Amino acid sequence: MKPIVPKKYEPVRIGFYICHCGTNIAGMVDVEAVAKYVGTLPNVAVSRTYKYMCSDPGQEMIQQDIREDRLNRVVVAACSPMLHERTFRKATEAGGLNPYYFQMVNVREHDSWVHTDRTEATRKAMALARAAIQRVPHHKPLEVKKVAINPNVLVVGGGIAGIHAALTLANAGKMVYLVERDATIGGHMAKFDKTFPTLDCAMCVLSPKMAAVGSHPNIHLWTYSEVAKVDGYVGNFKVTVRRKPRYILEDLCTGCQECVNACVYKEPKFADEFNLGLGKRKPVFLPFPQAIPPVTMIDPEVCLNFKRGKNPDGSRTVSDKCKKTCIEACGDRKAIDFKQQEEIKDITVGTIIMATGFQIFDAKRTPYYGYGVYPNVYNALEIERLINASGPTEGELIMRNGQTPKKVAIVHCVGSRDENTNRWCSRVCCLYSLKLAHLIKEHTEAEVYNFYIDMRTPGKSMEEFYNRIAEEGVHIIRGKVADVYPDPNDGTTGRLVVQAEDTLTNRILKIPVDMVVLGVGLEPHPEAETLRRMFNLSCSSEGWFLERHPKLAPVNTFTDGIFLAGCCQGPKDIPDTVAQAGAAAAEAFSLIDKGHIEQEPNTAYILADECSGCKSCIPLCPYTAISFDESRKKALINEALCKGCGTCVASCPSGSIVQNLFEDAEIFSEIDGVLAELPA
Amino acid sequence: MIEPSKPLSGPWTPRIVAFFCNWCTYTAADLAGVSRMKHASNVRIIRLMCSGRVDPQFIVDALAKGADAVLIGGCHPNDCHYVEGNYKCLRRYQMLRRMIADMGIEPERLRLEWISAAEGEKVKRVVNEMVETIKRLGPLGIPQKFEEWDREMEHFAQHVAAKDAAAGNGCAERGTQPQTLETTHA
Amino acid sequence: MPKPKVAFYWCASCGGCEETVVDLAEDILGVVEKVDIVLWPVAMDFKYKDIQAMPDKSITATLLNGAIRSTEQEEMAHLLRRKSQFMIAYGSCACTGGIPSLANQFPREQILKFNYEDAPSVVNEKKTRPQLAFTDGARTVNLPTLHNVVRSLDQVVDVDYYVPGCPPTPKLTKAAVTALLEGRLPPKGSVIAPDIALCDECPRKASKPTNVAFTEFKRPHQILMDPEKCFLAQGVVCMGPSTRSGCEAACTVGGMPCTGCFGPTSRVRDQGLKIMSSLCANLVPKEESDINKVLEGIPDPIGTFYRYGLATSMLRRKMNMPK
Repeated sequence: MKPIVPKKYEPVRIGFYICHCGTNIAGMVDVEAVAKYVGTLPNVAVSRTYKYMCSDPGQEMIQQDIREDRLNRVVVAACSPMLHERTFRKATEAGGLNPYYFQMVNVREHDSWVHTDRTEATRKAMALARAAIQRVPHHKPLEVKKVAINPNVLVVGGGIAGIHAALTLANAGKMVYLVERDATIGGHMAKFDKTFPTLDCAMCVLSPKMAAVGSHPNIHLWTYSEVAKVDGYVGNFKVTVRRKPRYILEDLCTGCQECVNACVYKEPKFADEFNLGLGKRKPVFLPFPQAIPPVTMIDPEVCLNFKRGKNPDGSRTVSDKCKKTCIEACGDRKAIDFKQQEEIKDITVGTIIMATGFQIFDAKRTPYYGYGVYPNVYNALEIERLINASGPTEGELIMRNGQTPKKVAIVHCVGSRDENTNRWCSRVCCLYSLKLAHLIKEHTEAEVYNFYIDMRTPGKSMEEFYNRIAEEGVHIIRGKVADVYPDPNDGTTGRLVVQAEDTLTNRILKIPVDMVVLGVGLEPHPEAETLRRMFNLSCSSEGWFLERHPKLAPVNTFTDGIFLAGCCQGPKDIPDTVAQAGAAAAEAFSLIDKGHIEQEPNTAYILADECSGCKSCIPLCPYTAISFDESRKKALINEALCKGCGTCVASCPSGSIVQNLFEDAEIFSEIDGVLAELPA
Repeated sequence: MIEPSKPLSGPWTPRIVAFFCNWCTYTAADLAGVSRMKHASNVRIIRLMCSGRVDPQFIVDALAKGADAVLIGGCHPNDCHYVEGNYKCLRRYQMLRRMIADMGIEPERLRLEWISAAEGEKVKRVVNEMVETIKRLGPLGIPQKFEEWDREMEHFAQHVAAKDAAAGNGCAERGTQPQTLETTHA
Repeated sequence: MPKPKVAFYWCASCGGCEETVVDLAEDILGVVEKVDIVLWPVAMDFKYKDIQAMPDKSITATLLNGAIRSTEQEEMAHLLRRKSQFMIAYGSCACTGGIPSLANQFPREQILKFNYEDAPSVVNEKKTRPQLAFTDGARTVNLPTLHNVVRSLDQVVDVDYYVPGCPPTPKLTKAAVTALLEGRLPPKGSVIAPDIALCDECPRKASKPTNVAFTEFKRPHQILMDPEKCFLAQGVVCMGPSTRSGCEAACTVGGMPCTGCFGPTSRVRDQGLKIMSSLCANLVPKEESDINKVLEGIPDPIGTFYRYGLATSMLRRKMNMPK
């Protein structure tokens, strides 16, 4: 938006006011002298002092002077603009002037409060005031820009974070699109057995929420779907979602699973993803019993009715080689469709919540623990499935060799707090390792050894949880496990020796165990980099999505309108995830309810006629607000995305970008003003 | 048109122009104020949204208009409110320092500091340090230098005008040695 | 009606601007027949006293090229200013100081010493310097002295128009002279070249990607340059983005990067600082030492960024030099 330039020959008439601020300013700065000096400067029509400019009478005075003295600019020398710039802009506006015809001078925080020599402090105030007097004639009548917010919300990721955020917003009457890449929502939490510190069953807590999502009239639940493209900006994101074919018609399937029973494969034969490969499934299957949506799916890779391999465009070809007993079993419902194609959906939303979660550390990267080599080494998530009643072993802790362990080692900090793998602490592993120790003991009466480096159990009731586990007879040993190797004294059972230094007793321990559980850490989602480019987000150096400010804006991102919830922002436990999801929902809600966002009009704009299309500015903007207009071969700034940093303005080699409120002419005039000679 | 600055009357004390970014350094200076941390009064702060807005033209203009030094304040690397503006500032600063040194100005007169919003103490320390450094270096006085340089034309112009006046006006021969002009024309 | 009078004069220059006038080729005849040339040291035998004898403002326009360094040049600038209606700064030297103004990096004495004593081809054991005055009988002759500072024309006299370029192109020259003769003059103080940077007319612009990021700088002699790709995209410093267009991209079309002779656009106060600001912002590294490594690829920033404009840069001249 190009600002309106005021009438060319309208003489500038500035009203200058310097505040005593009681004695805060007047105690060190001779305010009368400053007012007198400023009164001698060009363009100054009125120059006064007042005790408290921010008070009602002070603001009234400005308004009155604007009307009576026909002022068209206002300068107030007082406290920091961080405090009262808004106040005086409003007063200026109330007096009938555009609020941006106002300039503030900081003579308190930057002058009277920090200097001790009255003469110097006064001279400094004069110089600063002069700078503002020289700047303000250049000011333009800017308008605060309002961008309308579409009330729909996109939640990316259907784990507990996404579910909670979606429900919160949907319950408030907002339309939510919940896009989940897997065939069902639930995320990692659906795989857990019991959760710390209360040891309540994860699914019991989660499935009511999942069901609520599945049946909520305000939630479009799109599982087995991915976001393909994001365009636009806050209030107006244009998102393309790709819905992958599961070859079952979601609207028609009742979840009866007759197709699974009837499948030509009598026994499940293929690795079951939900159970991390520890169990088996058929080509047609329900991801897990409590899946939402409760709809089966067909794996075209192994289903006999499909040709092997994908076509170049990613689709599958029906081979028609199978008897299709599944279709027969489905009968009248006709929910199976081998010809189903991928579906592209285009939606418009105003805000987006990223809840894409994490991945666990791949323990193969710490080969000295033997994961993937020794069959009795498991990671923590696999144990969750084994001890879970609906898991592949129906809750019995049975190892690959068919036996139940009598001694179990749990190794903390696998892939965390390690220069060689990941440097961060994953926050949840000590607690879940203690939890697993408890659950393993409960299921098997085994001896359990937890090897830790530091015991980290922050949070409500967590320390108490630790004490409880310690009292249950779990051996808690302080020492990082150095090595896991087959027990030389064992022939056939696959027993392992865990070697660690007990740092509290200064002894090297070599403990033979039947099973080793690796407390794997949390890592950013494998596609975090792709996702972040698609959504125009930043990542921290570790790969987590970057929050706008770790303390003041932990759920906001640098892209207006996109919020973060859950582990995609950093490792955290379920209580914190849910809290953060609520916070993200609240932020989204706050934007939607307001209906529009207001932008401080300090955005930059390209001088279209003067731009040479040199493209030097295009890569500079972290908000991708600058694009190259191919039709005109010039740069173009999207005002809604521009945040007003001015970096491109400083860069433009031909001076063809202007920043509202911080134009070159305005800054040069300030420089001139602060260096001007003052009266002796 | 505003007149360019003239030499200061009275004993010289450094005049330092500072460009502070709104979110970190300006706020830190406010914090120094709120905490009443007394420091030298030689710095005049100009507020910008980001250190990335600091155009090298601003810095050199300040020096050319009489500043003895320029201080730039921005957010710490990785903390820029606008993600990376401070890196652009850093890169420009590195080259500019070389350029002013090549132009005979002590590079210490240009200083870039990363000051976060919580570092009021750092504002005080940096300002005091810089004032001491510039006191040691002495005034830069570029406007005075310009005037001094341009006196070589004044001398000549006065000399010529005097000759002109002595010889008559307008069509009178200009210059001290009219023959010279013929003989030395290139 | 008498033909308008036009003067051409050269100061601290190389003669290239005079050649441009000659390069007008057959168009020059059109010029010559429409004007009365009253001074053109390179081509015609007029004397200074002829100019002195003219009434003030009787010359319609003087096209003065070259920077002002000597007292003679200064004097002639003042003289021609008095005698002319329009004073036109012709060529980069007159407009912004030109290459001669790079001498502002050195003290006058250093230059004189090099030229008269230290240059490899000089034989001058007695270290003789030109005498500034010589008396022969009744007459004293003087040599002009060199000023300490090299100046653009408008740092000496009031200038009406600027025709930039090193040299200005024949096309631009013809346009300027034609405008003058037809009385179609732009506002006083205008630069007779488009107020838009060179990239606008450079055929290499299409090949410039929108994500140029520098990991090093190379100078033209250090690499085999692609004949069609944007120089900046190849890591070669090109002043194009900060330089006015109007030259039809002569240098870039001719295989060399722009060096900035048309000067900055009207929105920029210091061309060298602006191009530096842009190049540096587009650097890749974030650590000081890595940044400096990349910047080492520009070993002479003053010479590179102020090749034609040191006299009119914000600092004008190196500061701490002996007088």
